[in-house]
Amino acid sequence: MVKTSVARDDNKKNSSDETVVVSMEHVNKWFGQFHVLRDINLRVVKGERIVVCGPSGSGKSTLIRCLNRLEKHQDGDINVHGIELNNDVKNIDEIRREVGMVFQHFNLFPHLSIIENCMLAPIWVRKTPRAEAEEIAMHFLTRVKIPEQALKYPGQLSGGQQQRVAIARALCMQPQLMLFDEPTSALDPEMIKEVLDTMVELAEDGMTMICVTHEMGFARKVADRVIFMDEGQIIEQNEPEAFFNNPQSDRTKLFLSQILGH
Amino acid sequence: MVSNGTRKERATATNNESAFIRQEDAPILPPPITSAGVAGWLNDNIFASMLDFSTLGAAVKSILMAIFTAFVAYIFFDQVYGLLDFAIFSAVWQDPEEQKRQVCWTIEQGGKLPNGWHGACWPYIIAKTKFILYGAYPNESLWRVNSTYLLGAILLVWVMIDRLPYRKLVGAVLLTIYPIFATVMLTGGGFGLSQFSVGVNTIIGLALISLGRAGKMGWITGPFLDLSKMAGVAGWFFIFFAAALVSVGVDFDLSKVDTRDWGGLLITLVVATTAIVVSLPLGILLALGRRSSLPVARTLSIIFIEFWRGVPLITVLFMASVMIPLFMPEGVNFDSLLRALIGVTLWQSAYMAEVIRGGLQAIDKGQYEGADAVGLSYWQSMRLIILPQALTRVLPGIVNTIISVFKDTSLVSIVGLFDLLGATQATIADAAWSTPVQASTGYLVVALIFFVFCFGMSRYSMYIERKLDRGH
Repeated sequence: MVKTSVARDDNKKNSSDETVVVSMEHVNKWFGQFHVLRDINLRVVKGERIVVCGPSGSGKSTLIRCLNRLEKHQDGDINVHGIELNNDVKNIDEIRREVGMVFQHFNLFPHLSIIENCMLAPIWVRKTPRAEAEEIAMHFLTRVKIPEQALKYPGQLSGGQQQRVAIARALCMQPQLMLFDEPTSALDPEMIKEVLDTMVELAEDGMTMICVTHEMGFARKVADRVIFMDEGQIIEQNEPEAFFNNPQSDRTKLFLSQILGH
Repeated sequence: MVSNGTRKERATATNNESAFIRQEDAPILPPPITSAGVAGWLNDNIFASMLDFSTLGAAVKSILMAIFTAFVAYIFFDQVYGLLDFAIFSAVWQDPEEQKRQVCWTIEQGGKLPNGWHGACWPYIIAKTKFILYGAYPNESLWRVNSTYLLGAILLVWVMIDRLPYRKLVGAVLLTIYPIFATVMLTGGGFGLSQFSVGVNTIIGLALISLGRAGKMGWITGPFLDLSKMAGVAGWFFIFFAAALVSVGVDFDLSKVDTRDWGGLLITLVVATTAIVVSLPLGILLALGRRSSLPVARTLSIIFIEFWRGVPLITVLFMASVMIPLFMPEGVNFDSLLRALIGVTLWQSAYMAEVIRGGLQAIDKGQYEGADAVGLSYWQSMRLIILPQALTRVLPGIVNTIISVFKDTSLVSIVGLFDLLGATQATIADAAWSTPVQASTGYLVVALIFFVFCFGMSRYSMYIERKLDRGH
């Protein structure tokens, strides 16, 4: 399903300086009375590819949405790209500039053409000159292999194409970290591959990625680390080989048996 | 890829009914004649319901439908003919002998027209055209009104035609310089320069703009950055206001025309365009305010909207014309047109705000998150992402509100302003033209003028809707 072998080890050796891109310390969050994130501790270094999995409602989407303040955590420290994530709007803006996000339902801007979707943030947030923004947009649209759709509108594209545009849109800001929130869950089966291929290529280029996904094939081939969450906690994390072949926790075993068992 | 072939297909395994392998593709055929082209349209839309005689029930239904269709068509054409007959075929067009009302009298009534005649009396309208369109505006100054109309029309059409260059610039002129120009031309200007108010506005404006600059240069940071940006924008409003004060203050040597002499279509257009143009941005701000997470902005917006929406327009106008002068210190006299203008505009803003809020609510949460995630600020995401979509969705509602206020301007006649309807009614009271068809003719003209404007707006909004349709 997914391209084979991403140069996992090379990447790790290269990042010997271990720049920490994300650090979460004792992060807690509640939705009303519901304790949705419970004492989350996570460190992600530059170039690392993390896959977060777990049953629905386990808080995995909330976890990554806390990293760019789409959700506000109530307790604990989050540090992204060296910037403390607190109520300071300036910090939040700075973090959002460095963090790209891809959503389950794409969230493209339907009133703008594909290329305008990609140029918008560079022009308005990074203050890139228009011509340069267009160049950047075309570069990344070419990378996700849909430069020919640049002048169409999102409504005219297939789901897989839209999701690739969403990836290109995030890349146009040239982020340090990419967050993927179930990027293939809303796609028809025949379109999942094209999106995963794009993500694999991105991983090969050394992008730091945190992916919430149920694509276990992708996790096996790309991830440096797989994190399993349940009931708002990180239950188990390990390298994919060990995680899939030799899960330690009963909850992990149960989860894996359910998603791999058919 | 697909080729024409015969309809003949064979199941390869004859024993097994459920197994089937297609040998040849089924042909791609044009649609039957009854569902395409003119014949198809007529069939679908008119005859399909009348031509089915396959069963007794269907036959009865078809006959009833045919009778009903003929009946409706008869009523329609009869009415249209009646209207055309009144307005054109039977109408009196000329009054060469200057008989005034007698030109539209029948023999019975003392005139020359055959008894039982019923038609429009156009000489009456021709004689009253000036009053219906301009009220008591002095004749020698009508060129000022006409040139204001002409310039406004040119600028508006320029903005509306997509292919023309500099549309944004022309739009900016239309919203800034043109209103000042119109005010000076219509009133005559020369209200006198209050150096104090101009000075205060200029100083506040410059101060706010430099605050905004400081924010841009990075000298202001943290939570005050947004405030400084807003101050920068607000500063330009003060500068604009100062410029407006200077423009209407300077004496251009035009004769003054008191707004009491304004009337007819002029009042209708002035009140309607002001209300429409001001209420749209005000309504957007109120709608955003009502959905804001800032308690102050939210509370103020809710109070404003609920107050103005809770009061009938007539009450607003009465309050504006009767109550406000009571609260004013003696000698201060607000222009009555200005009072009505402010009343109608604020009242309209509340309605506009609620229409736009409906649009904001229809926008998917993912759009807000998408805009946040790429790092757009609140105002950027509103301006670039949310509002364009929200306004497009509620365009029919916005145009509905605009058309509605255009017609509601007739209510200003109750506070002594002669709008299109009021002015026409005044001419109907003129005994010199008193005939049995006088009122019908007058109201027909009012209806026609209103219809032309409202229908124009309606069609233009449909064009915009089609243009903004992105196929989602």
